[in-house]
Amino acid sequence: MTIESLLFYAFAGMAIVSALLLVHIRNTARALFLLFIVLFAMAGLYLFALADFIAITQILVYVGGVLILLIFAFMLSNKELLNDLQSTSKRFISLPNWQALILALAFLGIMVYSYINWSQHMPQWITQSEAKGTIILPTDNNIKVLGFKFMTQYVLPFEIISVFLMMALIGAAHLSRKEDNE
Amino acid sequence: MITLTHFLVVSACIFCVGLYAVLAKRSTIMILVGIELMINAAILNFVAFGKYDKINYGGQVFALFAIVLAAAAVAVGLAIILNVYRHFKTINPENIHELKD
Repeated sequence: MTIESLLFYAFAGMAIVSALLLVHIRNTARALFLLFIVLFAMAGLYLFALADFIAITQILVYVGGVLILLIFAFMLSNKELLNDLQSTSKRFISLPNWQALILALAFLGIMVYSYINWSQHMPQWITQSEAKGTIILPTDNNIKVLGFKFMTQYVLPFEIISVFLMMALIGAAHLSRKEDNE
Repeated sequence: MITLTHFLVVSACIFCVGLYAVLAKRSTIMILVGIELMINAAILNFVAFGKYDKINYGGQVFALFAIVLAAAAVAVGLAIILNVYRHFKTINPENIHELKD
């Protein structure tokens, strides 16, 4: 086992174990801080797929933005949530959780089974690009190529996503304003 | 050697944890966290397939788009959660069963 696969398994295990702990834990604040670990481990996994810029963006956007927003929302809506948590049943596995568990496990089983069957015969474009050698190598300069791609081939989706992001931000600011008639 | 299947299995695990959080949690914030986990699993798939696409870089480009979409979704979702909390004084989706007015 090389050090590369060892690190990959470490990151994958960290992501999966802390995600499981995240859904198991009752305390929402602790769950949000476990989300930190999951997101960092996922950024590490993106590095193994040779996507360094995506990993940095993940840390900037998720850990810097999304998680802070989630913690803000948790602190602004905290009071009733604590009463809610204390009123839940003390049984280890309550009934709705049990159904959700079965559904999630069935989904996992189907997906893993089909992935393992699927990996016996890869799609044609993957085998072709492996034969031609057009796969991304660790020595490639990804960020430069991504910048060119954004400004040439993918300029229309880029502009659409910019307008969409501005719409979402204006909409969020409009939704969370104080109402005048109150 | 890390193959494509390794990435796919890890992302399937993360996706199912997110699905469980969406189905079983009793707080809207934790449901939003579950959706974020599912989006992260999708981004991992994008990136893992994008490794084999050096000509178009489609996987990495659309992984960035997916991150932007998730950020926009979480901003709007949290604004809605705060409004719902101001109106109902709870964020448990089981107790929110009427529209405004």
